[in-house]
Amino acid sequence: MNTLIEFLEVHGGEMIYLTWQHLYITLSALFLGTIVAVPLGILLNKVPRKFGQFIIGIVSIMQTFPSLAILAFVIPFLGIGQGPAIFALFIYSLLPILRNTYVGIRGVDPALNESGKGMGMSAWERVRHVELPLATPVIMSGIRLASVYLVGWATLASYIGGGGLGDFIFNGLNLYQPEFIFAGAIPVTLMALLFELTLSKMEKGMTPNGLKAAA
Amino acid sequence: MLKFENVSKIYSGNHYAVQNLSFEVEKGEFIVFIGPSGCGKTTTMKMINRLIDPTEGVISIDDKDSNLQDTVQLRRDIGYVIQQIGLFPHMTIQENVTLVPRLLKWSKEKRKERAKELLKLVDMGEEYLTRYPNELSGGQQQRIGVLRALAADPPLILMDEPFGALDPITRDTLQGEFKDLQQRLGKTIVFVTHDMDEALKLADRMLILKDGKLVQIGTPDEILTEPANEFVEEFIGKERLIQMRANVETVEHMMNKHPVTIHESASLSVAIQVMREKRVDSLLVTDSEGYLKGYVDIEMIESNRNNNKTIADIHLTKIHTVHKKARLRDSISRILKLGASYVPVVDDDMRLLGILTRATLVDVVYDSIWGHEDPGKEDQIAATVEESVL
Repeated sequence: MNTLIEFLEVHGGEMIYLTWQHLYITLSALFLGTIVAVPLGILLNKVPRKFGQFIIGIVSIMQTFPSLAILAFVIPFLGIGQGPAIFALFIYSLLPILRNTYVGIRGVDPALNESGKGMGMSAWERVRHVELPLATPVIMSGIRLASVYLVGWATLASYIGGGGLGDFIFNGLNLYQPEFIFAGAIPVTLMALLFELTLSKMEKGMTPNGLKAAA
Repeated sequence: MLKFENVSKIYSGNHYAVQNLSFEVEKGEFIVFIGPSGCGKTTTMKMINRLIDPTEGVISIDDKDSNLQDTVQLRRDIGYVIQQIGLFPHMTIQENVTLVPRLLKWSKEKRKERAKELLKLVDMGEEYLTRYPNELSGGQQQRIGVLRALAADPPLILMDEPFGALDPITRDTLQGEFKDLQQRLGKTIVFVTHDMDEALKLADRMLILKDGKLVQIGTPDEILTEPANEFVEEFIGKERLIQMRANVETVEHMMNKHPVTIHESASLSVAIQVMREKRVDSLLVTDSEGYLKGYVDIEMIESNRNNNKTIADIHLTKIHTVHKKARLRDSISRILKLGASYVPVVDDDMRLLGILTRATLVDVVYDSIWGHEDPGKEDQIAATVEESVL
C-alpha cells in the first residue's frame, strides 16, 4: 500500500499526462476513422456490388498487417511522433467501422428504399432519412468495436514516440519494474472498459424508437 | 389523364419486357393491370413514375411527357403503394404518413392537420399518430401505406399488388374500403394484381397483358362477356366465367328458344288441345309475323268456354316482357319479384324470341355448382322442370 502511494506521489502527474495522451491518440484516430469510414461505407453501397466487395477486401487485408509493422511503416513517410501514430491507428480503425457501415446499410430492407424512391425521395434524402437511421445500431457497434481495439493498440504508439500509457508499460518491461507495467496496463484496461460502456449506452440512445419496440 | 403511346421496354438488346403498348386512362378511372407473372404489368406501372425508364414511346400525364420532367418532382406528384407496404419502421405513423408533405416542405402544423384528416378517412383514431409501424396489424399498416400515398393529394396513385400480402379477410375489407375511398376522392388509380377476383371487384377497366403485350382492355363486363381469345378465357377461369354469367350474360343466351305459342286466330278448343299436348296451363299468343300479342291461360278459356270465340277475342294484351339484351341477373330478380312463372323475351319490335322461366334460374344455379360438363343431362332436367312450372 505504501509503495502504491509512494509511486503515485512520484509518478502520479506523469501518469495523468500519459493517460490524457493515450486518450487523445485513441479519440483522434477514432474520430478520423469514423468520418472517413462511414461516408465510404455509404458510398460503397451506391457502386456496383463487386467493386464494393473489392474495397472491403483490400481494407480487410490491411487489417491483417501486424500493427507494429504499420507503425514502423509510417516512419519513412511521416517520421516519428504523435501524428504518425494517430495516422497508423486511424488506418486500423477503418475496417470495423467501414464493414459495419457497409453491412448495416446493405441490410436495410430494399422495399423501404423502393417505397422511398417511389415517393420521390432523392438519393441523399434516402441516405439521410432512411438508410442512416436504420443502420445506426450496426454502425455504432462498429465504432464501439474499433474504439476498444484502438485503446489497446495505442500502447504501441510509444514505440514510434507517440507517447501514451505505452511509455510506462515498455519502460517497465525494459527496466524490469513491474509497478510501471501495472501503472500502464491498469489505466489502459479501465479506459477500454469505459469506452465499451459509454459507446454501448450511446448505441442504445441512438437506436430509433420504432426499432427498439421490435426487439 | 394518363396516356401511353407505343411504349416499349427492351432489356439487353432484344428482350421485350413490354412491347408497343398504347392506351389511355381517364381522370378518376380505376384501371387494373393484370396478367400472369412476368407479363410486364409491374414494369408497365413502374414506367409511369419512372422507377423504370421506357426504352421507346411516350408516356404523358396530363399531356406532359413524363420523360421530360425531373424524376424526383414527378414521383412526388404521384402516390405509390407497394405490396411490402414499406412503412419506415423508425418513423411514427404521423411521420410516415406525412413524408411527402415533408419533402414538399409543408409547415409542421399543416402536416399534423393533414395526418389527422387522413386517419379519419380510414376510421383510425388520433392516438395512432405517435405509434410505430410495428405496433400495428398488417391491415392497419397497409391502410397507413395507402394514406401515405394520399398525403399530398396527388391526382394519380400507383398501387403494386397492395393487398397481396394480407390475409383473405383483411384483404377483402381493405378492397371494399379502398374502392369506396377512391370513388369518394375521385382519384385515378393504376393498380397491379394477378388476382382476378380482386381485379373484377375493383376495376373500372382492366388491361390484360401477356408476354409484355396488350391482350385485351375493357370493363370487367366486356371482358367476361367477350373474352378476346382463349388466353383471356383461360386466365379468367372457366368456373368464374360460368359463375359470373348470371351477372353479365344477356337473357338471349339463356332463354328457352321454344316457347309454347298459339296463333291469335286459333279457336279456344284448339288452344286447350295444345295445352293438353304440351302439358302447360298457359300459351303465348302471336300473330302471323311472330309478334307477341299476349297470353291466354286455362282460367280465361274456362270462363269463355261457351262463346265460340277465337283467342284474338279474349286474350289479355298486357304482359310483362324482357328485352333480349337485358341482363339475366336483373330479369331473374324480376321474375321472382313479380311472382310470375315466366317472362317472354322479345326484341325491339316486340317479336317473340323465347321465354325465360324459373327453370332458367335452375340452369344458372346448376351451372355455377356443377359447371358445364354435361349439357345433355342439364337440358333434360331443365325440360322437366319447365313443364311442371308452366
